[in-house]
Amino acid sequence: MRKNRTRARKPAATPRPPQMRAESPAVAAPPRLATLDVHRHVISVLVDNEAGVLARVIGMVAARGYNIESLTVAEVDPARNLSRINILTAGTRRIIEQIKAQLGRLIPVHEVRDLTEEGPSVARELALVKVAGTGDKRNEALRIGDIFRSNVVDSTVESFVFEIVGNSQKIDAFIDLMRPLGLLEISRTGIAAIARGTGGLRPHA
Amino acid sequence: MSKQKFSGAHLVLKALEDQGVDVLFGYPGGAVLPLYDELFKQNRIRHVLVRHEQAAVHAAEGYARSTGKVGCVLVTSGPGATNAVTGLTDALMDSIPIVCFTGQVPTSLIGSDAFQEADTIGITRACTKHNYLVKDVRDLPRIIHEAFYVARSGRPGPVVIDIPKDVALALGSYTAPPRDIPSAQHKTYRPRTVPDMAAVRMAVDLMAEAERPLFYTGGGVINAGPEASELLRELVELTGFPITSTLMGLGAYPAAGRAWLGMVGMHGLYEANLAMHDCDVMINIGARFDDRVTGRLDAFSPGSQKIHVDIDPSQINKNVLVDVPVVGDCAETLRLMIEEWNSRPRRRDTGALKAWWAKIEEWRERDCLGFEQRGATIKPQQAVQRLYELTKRSNAIVTTEVGQHQMWAAQFYRFQEPNKWLTSGGLGTMGYGLPAAIGAQIAHPDALVIDIAGEASILMNIQELSTAVQHRAPVKVFILNNQYMGMVRQWQELMHGGRYSQSYSEALPDFVKLAEAFGCTGLRVSDPAKLDETIGKMMATDGPVIVDVHVDPTENCFPMIPSGKPHNEMMLSATDEGFANVTAEGRALV
Repeated sequence: MRKNRTRARKPAATPRPPQMRAESPAVAAPPRLATLDVHRHVISVLVDNEAGVLARVIGMVAARGYNIESLTVAEVDPARNLSRINILTAGTRRIIEQIKAQLGRLIPVHEVRDLTEEGPSVARELALVKVAGTGDKRNEALRIGDIFRSNVVDSTVESFVFEIVGNSQKIDAFIDLMRPLGLLEISRTGIAAIARGTGGLRPHA
Repeated sequence: MSKQKFSGAHLVLKALEDQGVDVLFGYPGGAVLPLYDELFKQNRIRHVLVRHEQAAVHAAEGYARSTGKVGCVLVTSGPGATNAVTGLTDALMDSIPIVCFTGQVPTSLIGSDAFQEADTIGITRACTKHNYLVKDVRDLPRIIHEAFYVARSGRPGPVVIDIPKDVALALGSYTAPPRDIPSAQHKTYRPRTVPDMAAVRMAVDLMAEAERPLFYTGGGVINAGPEASELLRELVELTGFPITSTLMGLGAYPAAGRAWLGMVGMHGLYEANLAMHDCDVMINIGARFDDRVTGRLDAFSPGSQKIHVDIDPSQINKNVLVDVPVVGDCAETLRLMIEEWNSRPRRRDTGALKAWWAKIEEWRERDCLGFEQRGATIKPQQAVQRLYELTKRSNAIVTTEVGQHQMWAAQFYRFQEPNKWLTSGGLGTMGYGLPAAIGAQIAHPDALVIDIAGEASILMNIQELSTAVQHRAPVKVFILNNQYMGMVRQWQELMHGGRYSQSYSEALPDFVKLAEAFGCTGLRVSDPAKLDETIGKMMATDGPVIVDVHVDPTENCFPMIPSGKPHNEMMLSATDEGFANVTAEGRALV
């Protein structure tokens, strides 16, 4: 189990170089993109909060066959009518670049950022986990809940609902431990993610 | 400021006028009656009544492609909108700027499965560049102006504006379009037009050192306006490099130009495909490495460094990884490339380029388009070749349907100018040619507009003859009638053991009588000796004409790169043994 709660998943080693730099040789791009290694990326998208914008994103992803592990969306700036979409996806470098480019050409999109590639970032997810049991199992569930610093947000004599916040791996681990203890039901939010430091997503001026 | 109130329908017409629209292609219906009522009250915008909504979009595409302007469509809700879907998808695939107004049931009924209700926004989301549902009349003028901006900017495409009937009747005030919406003013959509100079320099670096260079240009050059074609010609002349083009890019560089290799791709020319395969620097300007062009991807031009100029960043590295991506408008990029090329010292050694040209000349000697016109049957190639020879001084606009005749048109009709060649490239829509020809003819009333068609395709939108007659669009429909869905028949012959499943054009109409029934002129020719005379008669006849040219039913379209094969395994005839060893994987490709 991870002790260090403040660190998110290890960020990508180096920030991505801009697409074209004068000093880079002309042949730099293909080998980088040609790799078939599959990596997870967190992509954040700032969009106009208009009807159907989520359907546009999801429709594009489905039509082009990209793989999405989680997607969250919520309004983040009511005054300017902006929503933020966080997408957790997995793919080769080339696919990830395609996803970003395809997102970028949707008309209501202000900005697309690859948090995994661009530097350190934090990603968090919330889960509600219902566990039912009595006796030792019930006590053990409560103990593990404590270790993971979860909150009990509902309790009956036979069940708990735990509220747990953390990175996705932590939640996975928590759920795995609860499985033999009477795990009944899980509700997860998908990730919210943000870059560390002062940088971040900004709408066009 | 005047805050006079107008109905939504009136606002639409005001906005269209301010956008410079002179023609709408459409079909009325319940949900768009307020708009048709406003159309009735004015005479500045002409309405061309089509006979099917799909044809309205194709006609608007023909109008747009032949003028460089945005094509406009007006259709009703439900079936009106769903019928338009094929046309919209066609425009999306071929990057044609269209603004399509669809009627919608009143906002209070949306979602109730009302009569002629369809989720137009949901259905067209995947086949438009963008779409809008107008829920409030106050947003209407802004949305229309924005739609035109989106349709024509960056990589052009179709935009749908869905207007519920109550919004068309509601009162609102008008806002004129911003005088000029430079892309920096739109809230989110700001396509990059001027490329990064460092990328241009790297591209020219590669070009300067190239020994076996090749320009591979596409529809993007046409979309960037006539100026882009001028600049392309200048750059080709300056460099002395050979040039090939996709189906969509024909005419940007003249077929009579000395650097012209002919079209590339599945039915491209031998010399063009081998040059693609063997070049060491490929300069892709406004093309998208479509599968019709690349053939087998892992064997596509294996020894070349590739430059890719495209205004749409999502095209870069999509199908083919490139070495120098240049995101920008073709015209802007070509201008900078020319400047950069001219700023450098003249190349000392031109030996390699000469050797490359010598190689190309060797390939040319194969005469891959060669055919023999003998006997009493007209060869389809001969028909197109004669059509070209007899119409070339008329500066004709040529449209096509989809299939063998389309490929023969691309191979044998020699386009010298941009915006003269209108064809359905990406989607491959049978039934495109006749309505597109009508759209082009409406935009160019005095031009000779010819739809080179097949007898199967033409039946897909034959009802548009009525449109042509009503609107005095004297289009000439030149049918290469081989009594087969020729391309299907060709694939069945070459790859499915000659089992001609459902590809025979059974129960064909008498095209001469059909033309007459519509009020057009019908001509028929089957004797090779009468071909020229018939084409002459077609040109001399006023009004729409159908020419039913009976051609050899068994002729195949060559060269052909069988599916799953690379460029250097092109077939030049049906006896080529390459067809026998198409892999199972190749067979699964289209």
